[in-house]
Amino acid sequence: MGDASIDLVPIWTVIMAFGVFFYVLLDGFDLGVGILHGFARERDRDTVMNAIVPVWDGNETWLILGALALFAVFPLAFAIIIPAVYFPVLLMLLALVFRGVAFEFRFRQPHIAHLWSRGFCAGSAIATFAQGSVLGAFVQGFSVQDRAFVGSSWGWFTPFSVLTGIALMLGYGLLGAGWLIIKTEGELQAWARRAGRFCLGGVVVAIIAVSLWTPLADPTIAQRWFSLSNLILLAPVPILTAVIAWLAWRALAGWGGDAAAFLAAIGLFLMSYLGIAISLWPMIVPGHYTLWQAASSPGTQAFLLIGTLLLLPVILMYTAWSYWVFRGKVRGDGGYM
Amino acid sequence: MTLDPLILSRLQWAWVIGWHILLPAFTVGMASYIAVLEGLHFFSRNEVWLRISLFWTRIFAVAFGMGVVTGIVMPFQFGTNWSRFSDATANVLSPMLAYEDLMAFFLEASFLGVLLFGRRLVPRWAHFLSACMVALGTLMSSFWILAANSWMQTPAGYEVRDGRFFPVDWLAIVFNPSFPYRLAHNVTAFYITTGFVVLGVGATLVRRGTSIVEAQRMMLMALGFLAVFVPLQIFLGDLQGLNTREHQPAKLAAIEGRWQTAAPAPLTLFGIPNPAEQRMDDAIEIPWLGSLILTHSLDGRVQGLSDFPADQRPPVAPVFFAFRLMVAIGLAMAGIVALGWWLRRRGRLFETDWFLHLCQWSAPLGFVAVLAGWTVTEVGRQPWTVYGALRTANSVSPSLTGPDVVCSLLAYMIVYSAMYPAGYSVIARMVRQGCTGNEAPYPAIAARHPNTSFATQAE
Repeated sequence: MGDASIDLVPIWTVIMAFGVFFYVLLDGFDLGVGILHGFARERDRDTVMNAIVPVWDGNETWLILGALALFAVFPLAFAIIIPAVYFPVLLMLLALVFRGVAFEFRFRQPHIAHLWSRGFCAGSAIATFAQGSVLGAFVQGFSVQDRAFVGSSWGWFTPFSVLTGIALMLGYGLLGAGWLIIKTEGELQAWARRAGRFCLGGVVVAIIAVSLWTPLADPTIAQRWFSLSNLILLAPVPILTAVIAWLAWRALAGWGGDAAAFLAAIGLFLMSYLGIAISLWPMIVPGHYTLWQAASSPGTQAFLLIGTLLLLPVILMYTAWSYWVFRGKVRGDGGYM
Repeated sequence: MTLDPLILSRLQWAWVIGWHILLPAFTVGMASYIAVLEGLHFFSRNEVWLRISLFWTRIFAVAFGMGVVTGIVMPFQFGTNWSRFSDATANVLSPMLAYEDLMAFFLEASFLGVLLFGRRLVPRWAHFLSACMVALGTLMSSFWILAANSWMQTPAGYEVRDGRFFPVDWLAIVFNPSFPYRLAHNVTAFYITTGFVVLGVGATLVRRGTSIVEAQRMMLMALGFLAVFVPLQIFLGDLQGLNTREHQPAKLAAIEGRWQTAAPAPLTLFGIPNPAEQRMDDAIEIPWLGSLILTHSLDGRVQGLSDFPADQRPPVAPVFFAFRLMVAIGLAMAGIVALGWWLRRRGRLFETDWFLHLCQWSAPLGFVAVLAGWTVTEVGRQPWTVYGALRTANSVSPSLTGPDVVCSLLAYMIVYSAMYPAGYSVIARMVRQGCTGNEAPYPAIAARHPNTSFATQAE
């Protein structure tokens, strides 16, 4: 089974990259809305939550896809990275559990709604922090022997991974603010714009900090970034990032319509994502295995690819349809009580 | 005692899967039930069906949400605690899990939003279609996850190179020997679990005198359904037993509590496993019956555990007792359904208080049976993760220490112990409110849609 003469790894890399990015955007905005929920005024909280209620579990489905695609296509990376980030993954999962049930329970247990509100915000924030610190630990690399992670389960916890964790909280907060601007109006929308500006400021600082820290900590990455030919080739990345950040700032102030801030936030994520990809390519376990070395058997890749190419467009279609059904501004008086 | 990451990881797996499986055990059947109710309302426009559907849809939403979040935990367990297993089996196992996500989870999640909140936003047919898609998603999910599980029980279609599994024949991998039986047995178990919940909740409402019309219909629907599916399940269970005898004889010996091979073999009704002496203490046996059930002949040979090397035997006690619990529940279910029909024939179904009570108390029976069955099949698979090919001891993540897993296990225990009672009390509240005819209590999309009470608007 499976034609070994066709190299499917590039195709899978594109699908994985797309899937992970899609997850980051989708669950990013709903986790971000969750974080902002904790800072919203009490009477706006229902509206804030309603902005994501019909879509959140679909968004989290992309996380499962990301994990399973990694398992299916780059199983060696899955088997090394996931145990290495044992505790951040644990934190993320528990936080997601908490946050997921808070959606349901907050409306159904009005007598302790404030508890679930707090759990919803904390769960969203912790899950986001955990994801960010997984990213930081991933960039820093793991100790590997005999196809397995051999470091300590606490090795992930470094100043750098804490920085990336906080950075992602601000980033998701920005996405969430962008989403709220689309879904709300009036005072609440104005509040979301202010919250978005706060997050954007933090995101810019974090991007600069990570961009300085990474090459200082990792000579290979420094070499890749600053060799003369690459310097020219890669120069558009920071320049574009700066332009998008400026556009985002203006969009948050009201320029370009309700969707502009969200789109600019997506642009910032795209540039950061590109920056990471440029730094690590073609490694999937930094310092140890390339995408090709970590890939599953060609037969496995082929078997899954057939279905994925058929199903992914369909999934995108009905996901888009369900977003279309719930288009428009949302309000808080959804009649619960 | 030193903290063994292997044992602790197994406990953690049992904890997270045990709680998780309770939710699909309910939602798989409930999704189909809601699709049926929506279909009845779609074609008949009779409001009673709608009110029953709205009632169950609200409960379904809570259970489904809990199922999603506890389900996200599962694929990560493969990586966090079972990375050796993941590295060894990924080539074969992973596409089945990925297909579950692609075919089932996205379908469920996207259409669930429309089912719950989109009734006024889409045409009637599109809403009914969404209900069907959610049900289809749950069945697809069962298909793929049980294909993966069955492959671990009865692996086929693979070859092993350097200690790792490689696919040879995908059809043989997916449709491995135990898969069709397991799929049928499991989905039927989930449907029956839902059936008893509906029966019990219906009985609760009848006794409370709330939503009488709807509650009586629920009970009748459940009784009619169970009258077919409980006997069917006993038949399917027998088929799976025969399949286990053929492909996992050590598991079967543990189920039977049989140490010595015998022909003819008696059926051990009960006893206390004594692994040291390799026998059952205080065994109550019925001659020939073991052979009759397992081989469908009076003198068929039933293999005993002593035929297997000591390091290839599953632990007997949990498998032996869990199996008896499952069978006892199955028989009790058949009895309850028969009683219900007898009362109905005499026209006293809704007036017989002790029977309504009995129905209430039997609402959780299906869940217990599912957990017991799960124990039989998974503990019976030990000491392997891939039966006969990969040991559980060689599957665990090598980097984990005992304290690591103690921390994570405690964390899972704390969070689940807080969440499940909360979920239960939320659902219990909904049950007490009865069929109010209100839809799920959020969210209103402003401007485009007037916020009228939906039950009045639908007609």
